[in-house]
Amino acid sequence: MAETTFIIKSSPHLRHPDSVPKIMLSVIISLLPAVAASVYFFRWRAVVLYLACLAGAILTEAVFLAARKKPLSTLLDGSAVITGLLLAMTLPPSLRLDQAVIGAVVAIALGKQVFGGLGHNIFNPALVGRAFLQTAFPVAMTTWIPPVTKIINTATYATPLGNLKFQNAVAQHTLTPLKDLFWGNTGGCLGETSALALLIGALYLVARKTIDWKIPAGIILSLSVFTGIFWLARPDKYASPLFHLLSGGLIIGAFFMATDMVTSPITPRGTIIYALGIGFLVGLIRLFGGYPEGVMYSILLMNTVVPLLNRSTRPRLLGERRAKK
Amino acid sequence: MKKKTFPRGIHPPGGKEWTADKAIEVLPPPEKVYIPLHQHFGQPAQPLVKKGDTILRGQKIGKAPALFSADVHASVSGKVLAVDGHPHPLGKPVLAVTIANDGQDSSSDEEEIPDPFSLSPEEIIRRVKEAGIVGLGGAAFPTAVKLAPPADKPIDTIIINGCECEPFLTSDYRLMKEYPEEIISGAELIRLATNAKQIIISVEDNKEDAAELLASKIQEKHIFVEVLTTKYPQGAEKNLILALLKREVPRGGLPFDVGVVVQNVGTTKAIWEAVRFGRPLYQRVITVSGSGIPEPKNLLVRIGTPLQTVIDFCGGLKEGVNCLIMGGPMMGITQWNLEAPIIKGTSGLLAWSLPPASQVFDCIRCGRCVEHCPMGLTPTQLAKYIQFGFWDEAEAWGVLDCVECGCCQYSCPAAIPLVQWIRLGKATISALKRKTV
Repeated sequence: MAETTFIIKSSPHLRHPDSVPKIMLSVIISLLPAVAASVYFFRWRAVVLYLACLAGAILTEAVFLAARKKPLSTLLDGSAVITGLLLAMTLPPSLRLDQAVIGAVVAIALGKQVFGGLGHNIFNPALVGRAFLQTAFPVAMTTWIPPVTKIINTATYATPLGNLKFQNAVAQHTLTPLKDLFWGNTGGCLGETSALALLIGALYLVARKTIDWKIPAGIILSLSVFTGIFWLARPDKYASPLFHLLSGGLIIGAFFMATDMVTSPITPRGTIIYALGIGFLVGLIRLFGGYPEGVMYSILLMNTVVPLLNRSTRPRLLGERRAKK
Repeated sequence: MKKKTFPRGIHPPGGKEWTADKAIEVLPPPEKVYIPLHQHFGQPAQPLVKKGDTILRGQKIGKAPALFSADVHASVSGKVLAVDGHPHPLGKPVLAVTIANDGQDSSSDEEEIPDPFSLSPEEIIRRVKEAGIVGLGGAAFPTAVKLAPPADKPIDTIIINGCECEPFLTSDYRLMKEYPEEIISGAELIRLATNAKQIIISVEDNKEDAAELLASKIQEKHIFVEVLTTKYPQGAEKNLILALLKREVPRGGLPFDVGVVVQNVGTTKAIWEAVRFGRPLYQRVITVSGSGIPEPKNLLVRIGTPLQTVIDFCGGLKEGVNCLIMGGPMMGITQWNLEAPIIKGTSGLLAWSLPPASQVFDCIRCGRCVEHCPMGLTPTQLAKYIQFGFWDEAEAWGVLDCVECGCCQYSCPAAIPLVQWIRLGKATISALKRKTV
C-alpha cells in the first residue's frame, strides 16, 4: 500500500471527450455527402482529382513534418486530409492532375507548414492552394464542363455565376434554375455544385457543435441583405439572394471554409464581424468585381484581419464596467 | 418557468449517483489527529498548546493573529504529542498539533444559548469567530470576516449556497436532506448578524428533492428556495450572484460590494451549531468517492484525521489507483501523502486510476475556452501571453480575474493545460507587483 505512487497534477481532472483528431474526423465525415454527390455528377474525373489532392497534401505534410523533426503521428490529426479534400472540392472537374497536385503542395507548404503547422496558419490552407492555381493556371481554372447528368449541345459551358455575370442571364431569362442549384445538377467546382449534399454535412457539424453556426448565419445574412437590396431595386438586372446563396462556392465556403477554427476569430464579437464581412465582400465581388465568384477572396481577405479582430474584441469580463458612452 | 443560471459554463458528467443516496456516516475518531494551524485563507494561527499538554475536544489550540485568519480547535480530547511540521494537503508541510486521542471525547464547548435569535449581531459574529468557522465550500475564507462587511456596504440578501456544482461531491446534498432545519436556522442567524432583508437558498435542479424538503420546512416569508439549472460552476460566488440577482460583483470586488453575503450550506450548519450549542468547527462532512474506492460514502470526519484512516474506512484503495484528489474533480488538489489530514476546507476525497495523459496539440483556436469561461476571459490568449512572458498584456486581458474553475481546460480539444499556465501567470504577476510596491 505504502508503495503506491500518485500522479500530481494541476486541476481540472476531468476532460470533455472531444479532441483535435475527433474534430478533424467529424469534418471529414461531414464532407462525404458532397464528395459522393460530386462523384455522381462528374464520375471518374472527380475520383482522380480527389486522389491527386489527397496524395499531394498528405505527402507534403509528411515531408514537412520529417524536415521539422516532428513526430509523423501528427499526420493522424487528419487536418491534411481535410485540406486535400477541400481543395479538390474547389477545383474545376476538368483540371489536369499535375495542376491539382501542385495546388495541394502549395496549400500545405505555403498555406500551413511555413507558419508552423496546424494551429499557426493565418490563411485557410485549401484556399491558399486554390488562389495559387487561379493565378498560375487562369484558363484551366475557369474552364468548366457540365455534369454527366446534363446533356448540353454547346462547345463552351459556363457556371451559373459566370452565366449571370458575362451573359446577362437575368435579362435574357437564362438564369440557372434554383432547383438545379439545389440538387447540384449544374456546372461548377467539384464539391460546390450540390447545395443539398453540402447542407447535410453542415447540419451534422452544427449539431455536433464542431462549427460555430454564427459564422455561416452571418455570411448568409449579410450576403442576402446586400444582394437583396439590388434585387429589390432592379429585379430585371440582378439575381435574387436565393440564387446567390445556392450558387458557386457560397455554401461550401460559409459552412466548411470560413468556419475553419484556426483561421476564424476566437471572440464572439470578432466572429460576427468576420462573418458579416465575408458575406458583404462576396456580394461586392459578385456584383461589381471582375470575377463572377468571390467566396475564395472574401474568406482569404477576412482571414487577414482575424488577429486584429481578436485583439480588438476582447470579451467584457464579468464585473467589468461597461465602456462609458 | 425557466430556471435561472449564469452565462457560459460547462456540463461535466455528474458522478453524484455514487454517493447521493448514502446517509452521512460517522467516522470513528482516529487514535491520532494531526491538526494543521493553517487551513484557511489568511495568516496561520499561532499555537496555544505545547507537547505534553492535556486538552479537551473543542479546546482552542491555535489563535488567529490577525483579522484574516481563523482559530483552530482540537477535534479529540487527549494529549499533545507534538507541535511540529506535518504533511499538508495543499503541498508544503505546515505547523500542526498532533494529539493522541484518549477516547473520552470530553468536551469544552461553550455554553448553549436556548434562544440564539435574540442575540445581538455582534454576539453572533463573536461566537462564529470563537468557533473558528471558515467557508466549508473549499476556499476556507474566515466566516466572521464575511459576516462583518464595512459599514458603507449594507447587505440586503443572504445567499445560502447549496449548488454543490462540483461533480461527484454530495456532502452538501446530504446535509440539506438530513439537516434542513439546522440550515434554515443558521441562515436566519446570518441574516440577523448582517441585518439583511431576505435569504435565498439556492439549489441546482439535480437536487430538486432537497430543494422541496427545504421549502417545506420554511415558515418565514423572507426565506426563499430557488432551483437553478445544473451547470458548472453554478456555485462560484460571483456567478451565483449573477444568476440569482442579476447583479455583477465588480472586478476585484467582493459580494458585499453588491449587498450580498454568500455562505455554503455546510458553513451555515456550522454557524448554527456554534451559536446555538457553542460547538467549534472540529468536524465536517466529506464525500469519499471515485472508481478507486470500494465503498463510496458520505462521512462526518474529525478535522485532522489522516487520509489513510478515511480511505481504510471506505474499504481501502482498489488496485491500480494512481490519482487521489482532495476536493472535487474540477478544482480539487492531487494528494501524494496519505499522512496528510482532512482540513476544514476538505469537501471530498476522490480516488481514480487515470489513463495516460493525452497528447497535447498546439492550439487550434477553436475558441471553446472563450465560449465556456464564466468570467468572460480568453484563456488561450492568456496562456500564450504567459508562455511568452507578456505579463502586462496578460493582466490587461484579466488574468487575475480567473477563479481557476477549469471550464477552459475541460473543454480544450487540444488538451492544453490552460489553468496551469494561468496559475503561473497569476503567481508571477502578483510577485512582480509585490516587488514594485
